[in-house]
Order: sequence, then C-alpha cells, then structure tokens
Amino acid sequence: MDTLSIKNVSKSYGNYTAVDKISFNVREGIIFGVLGPNGAGKTSLIRIINSITAADEGEISFMGHELNREHQSEIGYLPEERGLYKKMNVQDQLEYLGQLKGLSLKEVRLRIQEWYDRFNMEGWEKKKIQDLSKGMQQKVQFVATILHQPKLLILDEPFSGLDPVNTNMMKQEILRLKEDGTTILFSTHRMEQVEEVCEEIVLMNQGRLVLTGGIEEIKQQHKDNIFQFTFSSNQLPVVSNDIEIMQNDNDSALVLQFEDLAAANIQMKKWLDEGYYLKEFHEILPSINDIFIKLVTAPSEVKPMVHNA
Amino acid sequence: MKKILLIARREFLIRVKNRKFWLATLLGPLILGIFIVVVGLIMGYNGDDEKSILIVDQANLFNGSIKDQSNLYFSFSKEDIRTLRSHSSEAYDGILWIPKIQNVAVDEITVTYYSDKNLDIEKLTNLKSIIQREIKNFKLKEMNISQVQLDQLDTRVTIETTAISTDSSNPSGEEVGRSSEFSSYLGAGLGMAMGFIMYLIVFINGSMVMRSVMEEKTNRIVEVIISSVKPFELMMGKILGVGLIGLIQFLSWILLIPSLVLIGNMFFGFETDMETIENLNRTGSISPDEVEYMVYQVMQEVQEIQWFKLVVLFICYFIGGYLIYSSLFAAVGSAVGDDMQDSQSLILPITIPVLMAFYIMMTTIRVPDSSLAIWSSIFPLFSPIVMPARLAFNPPWWQIVMSLFFLVVAVVFMVWISGKIYRVGILMYGKKASFRELGKWLFYKE
Repeated sequence: MDTLSIKNVSKSYGNYTAVDKISFNVREGIIFGVLGPNGAGKTSLIRIINSITAADEGEISFMGHELNREHQSEIGYLPEERGLYKKMNVQDQLEYLGQLKGLSLKEVRLRIQEWYDRFNMEGWEKKKIQDLSKGMQQKVQFVATILHQPKLLILDEPFSGLDPVNTNMMKQEILRLKEDGTTILFSTHRMEQVEEVCEEIVLMNQGRLVLTGGIEEIKQQHKDNIFQFTFSSNQLPVVSNDIEIMQNDNDSALVLQFEDLAAANIQMKKWLDEGYYLKEFHEILPSINDIFIKLVTAPSEVKPMVHNA
Repeated sequence: MKKILLIARREFLIRVKNRKFWLATLLGPLILGIFIVVVGLIMGYNGDDEKSILIVDQANLFNGSIKDQSNLYFSFSKEDIRTLRSHSSEAYDGILWIPKIQNVAVDEITVTYYSDKNLDIEKLTNLKSIIQREIKNFKLKEMNISQVQLDQLDTRVTIETTAISTDSSNPSGEEVGRSSEFSSYLGAGLGMAMGFIMYLIVFINGSMVMRSVMEEKTNRIVEVIISSVKPFELMMGKILGVGLIGLIQFLSWILLIPSLVLIGNMFFGFETDMETIENLNRTGSISPDEVEYMVYQVMQEVQEIQWFKLVVLFICYFIGGYLIYSSLFAAVGSAVGDDMQDSQSLILPITIPVLMAFYIMMTTIRVPDSSLAIWSSIFPLFSPIVMPARLAFNPPWWQIVMSLFFLVVAVVFMVWISGKIYRVGILMYGKKASFRELGKWLFYKE
C-alpha cells in the first residue's frame, strides 16, 4: 500500500507558482527522496503534506484516506530550519511537543526515557536548550520529531549542520526506523546523500516534476553507455575516431562512450584478440546529480540566445 | 481546544517559572510605589535654600511682627531705604519695601524687593500671598468689617443630584443616582484608575504576545508547532496564556500599589497631610468636625458603589479589549522578522486607537455623559478603555448592552482577521511585510 499518494497537486502564492501539478506515490516502508535545487518547491510541498498549508488543487491521500489535519499525529516533521524553545529545558520541551502530537503525559515520559537511553542523553533533562551544543540540540530535535512514532517521517535536509559522527548516527537511526516500518520522506538538494539512502526519488525543479522512480531504474534509463576498461599494463590500445573518449587521464584505464552494450563488447573482444589484457570492465552509470543537471539544463540550451541591448 | 489549553499552559508556566515575572509582579509595584512617594516628596520639596528678609513696612501692615516661614525669616527695620541700600549687610539677603497705602480703594500696590540674589518663584508667590492677606486684613480694619461678618459672606454650596422620577420600579431595577458631589469625585477617581489599568494591560500584555510570536518565528520552532496544531490554535493559546499572566500581574498590582503608597505616605507624607488640614483650619473654611463628616460621607459613597457590577463589567471589558488588541499585536508579530525595530511602523496603527481612547477617557471623566463619551464607549476600539471609566457614573443600561454587543462583534472580527494574517506571516521569512502584503494575506487560501 502507498503511504502517500499525491495527485496533480498545485500551490501558488499570488502570481508565484510554488508547486505545479505534482504527482507521485510513496510506497509504505521505503525511504523516498524529494530532490531539487533550492526554490524547487520542496518545502512548499512538504508543508502541504504536513497540513501546514493547503494545496490549491489536487488530491493527497494518506494510508488510503484523504489527507486531513488529523493525520498530523501520524506524521513526524523535521523542518529544514531547526528550532526549539531556547529557554526551556530538554524534558519540558519534549513533553510539550509530544503532548501537542496527542500523546498523554504518561506515555510521553516513558518514551522520552527510552530515547535518553538510546541517544546517551542521560542527565540532560534539566538542561536548557541554549546551554546545549548544536549537535546535542539536533539530537533533541530529532527525538521530538519521532517521539509519537509517526507512520510517515518527513526530514527536510536532515544532515545539514551535522558533523560526520552525528551524520552517521542520524543515518543509522533513519535506517533503523525504516526497518521498523516507518515510511521516510527525505528532502534534500544534496544529490549524493540520496543515492546512499533512498530507494525511490522524485526530482523537482521550479515547482514541476522532472522525473520520478527507483534510483536504479532512473540510472538505467538515463545511462549514456559509458564503460571503463582497465588494463593490466600501461600500454593502452589506440582508440579509433568513431568512439568518444570520456576520460583518459589514467595510465591504465580508458573511459569510453559507445552506442550500446553490444558495441562495447565488440570493441573489448577486438582488444583481447589484439593481445591486451583486461583487468576490469564495467559500465559507469550516471549519478543522480549528473542526470539532474542534464535534465534541467538541456531545455534551456535549446532556447534562443537573448541579446542584451 | 485541548491543544489550545496545552499551549496556554506552556505560555503561562514558562513565564511564572521565570524569575523576571516575580520581580515584575512584586518589585514592580514596590518600585512604582517608591516612585510615587519620591515624586510626591519632590513635588512637595520647598528647597533647602533659606532667605532672611528685612522688611521696611511703610504701610505698617505687619505691626512689627510676622511669623517666620519654613524657609523665610523676617526682621523689621524703620530705617530709610536709601541708608539701608548704601551699606550692605550679612544679616539679611534682601530688603522688602512696602509703600504706604494711601486709601482703601487702591487696587494695586507695587512692593519692591531689593536684593543681589533673585528669589525663586515659590518664595516670591509665598511672599506675595502673605502681603496680599495682610493688605486684606488692613483694609477690613479700615472698613470696619469684622472677621465674623466676612465669614458670613461666604456660603458653601453643594449640589445633590436626585432622579426626577420618584417611581421606585424603574425599568432597570437599580437605584438611580442619589449621588452627591462626592460620588462624582469618587467616580472620576475610580474611572480614571480603571481606564488607566485597562490601558496598561492592553499595552504591556499585547506587546508580550507580540514578542512571544516573534520569538517563535526567530527560533524557527513555529514550523514544528504548526505541524501539530492549527496556527489559529497556537495564536489563541498564546493569547490566553499571556492574558492569564496579565490578569494575575494586575490583580497583584491593584492590591500592592495602593497599600505601598499608603505605607509610604505614613512614613514620609504624614507631615504634609497635617499641614494641609492645618491650613484649611487656619483659613477657617472647614472645621475638624466637617473633615470628619466628609470622610464619613466618602465612606458612605464607597459603600454605595455597585462593586459587583463594576468588577464583572470591568472583567468583560478586559477580556474584550485584551482579545482585540493582543490578536492585532500577534498579527504584527507574525509579519515582522527578528528585528524589533521593524515592528515599530506596524505597531503604530494599533497604538493610535489605544492612545486616542486614553485621551478620550481623560475627558470622559470630566464629562461622563457627553456625546463623545457615549459614542466612544460604544465604539469597540475605544470602549474597553473608555467604558470602564464611565462605569462609576452609572451609565444607562442600553449603552452598556450596546457597547458589549459591538465589543463581541469586534472581537470576533479582529481575531478572525489577525488569525488570517498570523497564519501566513509566521511562515514568511526575510523582509518585513508591508500593509499591502498584509491585506493580500487576508485573501490567501489556507
């Protein structure tokens, strides 16, 4: 079942269209990436899913029902702009935020205790947020986000401002939540992070959907038939003119673009017959970043040049 | 509703737990009390500058004897003014030369004060009134009028207001104004105090709500909160929590300030009071018995004020006025960023009606039944400040009902408008919004 199903959702502020007819589905229990550069409409879309704002058009269903404000208690949201009450202590803060999500005080206290144990936060209860380090604040914020055990967890740039240790810890925690069945919506403009954790993605640009699907699937669709040949010696074969050389700065490797896999195989056989020893042969798939840049910049190249007067 | 209460509870507790709240609640009145007492002392300060004055009494007004004042010492001389002026003396600071009074009909006399140092205004007036009094006495003697005769010329008049209708079953069922002059003085004092308290509540707590909104926006926590509750719930919870703080603070102020002023007066101000009464006695207008009667009468009036009605209505106007203005302050808080200075221009449209209401309230106390007073006590932006000031004068019921009706309508309208602005404003970062943008926000869909 789909945790989230978004159909033709649009949102505009005055004349500015932030989200333009976006549709995609998020399967239950996966990590789903929402990608796009700054200003692509990611945050606007996320706010709609959180019932912070309403869509002008389109339908959203959550766990098979039409999305409404009641679902807020089943969604956890870590906004890009982190924030906590600076002068409140950790315990009060977590109790308050948990209760706002509809938990009883007793329940909240039990769960907070569990998280203190898990995140090594013992002894923080009475500390004010302003007295904690940034990394510690992030931990508190993360706990506040998942305290009510949401079915859908929305993380907007979750790793921004984290040091490598905390980034890793956060990543482990996200994976663990996924194992427990939480669906995770992961929004970022850092494409390389997506490839590490996401299974499926949607790419947005200027409010529009650029592409959506599984990461592997997308890469296969947008591959350029680039292959890397690594030879056992520094003696490289001569490449004929009809083959495009992508990269040859390496002493023992050639990166070449072919028409398809068959063409690459024919070339490989030829070289083997000529007596070259191949150590490695593999296809180089484009990164999501490459695909994104290709898709986003391609149309603008077609546009006629505008001369400035 | 449960979430509104949760939010209100946090807003309330976070302030109650703060040491600053207790300082403001307890020390505030103390400081204000001290301030009032000190101002009283300063106002009553006669200066430690003492002057001794040599009087050349050509008119023989004083008969060679005059009572020294607290900072004026007198002595007499029969010597000619020219000889006195020719040689300076350390014995006196100045010479007061009073010319002969030619006849009783004279209505202007110029007295000359010779000195190298100026007299301050207070001593000058003091001196003038002493001479005036003595000239009057001198003239009385010349005209053969006794003090008794003079007293008989003065008649004290009090006007007692009584309703025309003697019908005991008047429509409102209340006792219509068998009120004396005292009750209008009392009403004025009470009305002024109530209007002023209302003015303070609106400003202090309104801006407290605004700062709280701004803080959440700068902290960026607002987005987390409104992913759990409606922006409107957040705004209302905030207004409720801060309102409760305001109520507690002002109740404690109302109790503490007068008692502190009273205590302060007992220690510092007692002398002045005795002097005033003594002065009254000396001029012979009020006898001690009459003072006692006055006090008794005031007490009577105090008891006759319908305290229950007054308090209930005051609370109604407090709630109404507070809701109108604090929701507007919340809207402003949401429309500005972290910069307090940005908020100034947006606060202005809120400040203007509050200030206007305050000045109208001041005139209302003098003329509580003027049409200005009546209409502004019905107009909901003014009524929370103006009407409490009129309540002590027993305005007709229809005016109160009408005023409350418009107040409720205005509360609903203002809270609705502010909610619309607030909901958009809290998610807008960066520059301060203009009024045009605020207007546009009203029509944004959710």
